[in-house]
Amino acid sequence: MHGLDFRLRAMVGGVFALLIVASIIGHILKLRTKSDNGREVVQNLNARIRAWWVMAIIFFVAIAIGRIASLLLFAAVSFLALREYITLTPTQRGDHRALFWAFFVITPLQYLLIGIRWYGLFSIFIPVYAYLLVPIRNVIAGDCREFLARTSKIQWGLMVCVYFVSYAPALLSLKIHGYQGESGELLFFLVAVVQFSDVLQYVFGKCFGRHPIAPEVSPNKTVEGFVGGLSSAVLVGTLLWWITPFTPWQAAIMSLIIALMGFWGGLVMSAIKRDRGVKDYGTSIPGHGGIMDRIDSLCFAAPIFFHLTRYYFT
Amino acid sequence: MIAELLAKSIRLFSGVQARWIGCKPDSTQRVYFANHTSNLDFLMLWSILPREARRTVRPVAASDYWQKGRIRFFLANSVFRGVLIERQKVTRSNNPLTALVAILKAGESLIIFPEGGRTTDPEMKPFKSGLYYLGRAMPTVDLVPVYIDNASRILPKGEFLPIPLICSVIVGRPIRVQPAESKDAFLIRARTAIENCSRA
Repeated sequence: MHGLDFRLRAMVGGVFALLIVASIIGHILKLRTKSDNGREVVQNLNARIRAWWVMAIIFFVAIAIGRIASLLLFAAVSFLALREYITLTPTQRGDHRALFWAFFVITPLQYLLIGIRWYGLFSIFIPVYAYLLVPIRNVIAGDCREFLARTSKIQWGLMVCVYFVSYAPALLSLKIHGYQGESGELLFFLVAVVQFSDVLQYVFGKCFGRHPIAPEVSPNKTVEGFVGGLSSAVLVGTLLWWITPFTPWQAAIMSLIIALMGFWGGLVMSAIKRDRGVKDYGTSIPGHGGIMDRIDSLCFAAPIFFHLTRYYFT
Repeated sequence: MIAELLAKSIRLFSGVQARWIGCKPDSTQRVYFANHTSNLDFLMLWSILPREARRTVRPVAASDYWQKGRIRFFLANSVFRGVLIERQKVTRSNNPLTALVAILKAGESLIIFPEGGRTTDPEMKPFKSGLYYLGRAMPTVDLVPVYIDNASRILPKGEFLPIPLICSVIVGRPIRVQPAESKDAFLIRARTAIENCSRA
């Protein structure tokens, strides 16, 4: 047990040390910046850092309490993300009952299935059962207008906001040979690499960004940000190998896959925002936008990381 | 007490976002008039008002709907102190305007839905004339346009189970009936004021 406690303390200490450094830099920038344009960027940066403190504390408290607390945290995240996503998606009157099922039956059940470690069902529950339930409920409602589009929007919402997100806390249920993974190191590893990649893409983009990487989708993402962010995420992930069941090489490859999936996740979710004509999914996290804006990369990275780990290490 | 609790839970459930673009959130005497698509409209609008204002603001509701059934009756009368008015057989003796003017004279505020009922269309219905007569009778009270967005998706007409979406309530710039203004011209202006909030 001592080993686990030490790892948890190291993770908390490491993240808080980084946040303290970030807060100090943010404060210095605030004092130094004079132009109006620059002020706005620095203000947003400081709001982001403050939000990071809150998010990190909530995350660590959940991990420290245990598996059930982490599941509840991610269930709440799924629920709020789905709320943002559906708010932004033009659903119709005929979708009402299907949406009620999505929020109040399917989402809790998915997390319950992970809670009781029923891998066989939780891994297909939404892609099979919920996927079929949504069009059935919609067809009972009897509205055929844009049936396919309406149904797919709800199916997408459930997959992205609930199913993919739920793979993150599902890591806590994996039984890995010669590794005690109940205290959330794997979950921390995933979240840390995804978020480091996001943050460092932002930092490298802001400092050295010249060439947009996907100008049609996300004008703020640059080649410099992509290269800088991904390579630092791989570096951080590799240095974290000792909290995982991986060797340093394996940790590096896993980090690269996580960061790449995260990058694409961010891009895909941006395309949806762009199509709807908005910049953010919501306003619930100051500086960041909505919950969905913060977890878009996690959505795409979590299921792949889970399955790779489960396939090769259990 | 129940009302405060309901206001809190509706804010948590639907994360109501209030945007005051035309006036300040305070407890000045006002007549708030809004578009009407859901039974939650009143609750949404009510929940974004400052606590002080919530004590003195009363919703105007249809007695034929809100006097049916015990729960509705209890909510309308005891919880929200609604002013129930007749909308079908209006006579000189039960003219709803008399009651509304009396409430305004007593210094309280009102929330009214001038479409006269919930609509399922994206467009607002033409306004009933009550708002105009109210403005004529009380020319110094501000009439405040409010646009409530998404409430119809949270709880559409005819459904009883709400889904949690984010709702926004946009409060616009107050208007008053101009001395020489005709009823029709004013009602169109009032309707446009809400439409402007919806685009803001």
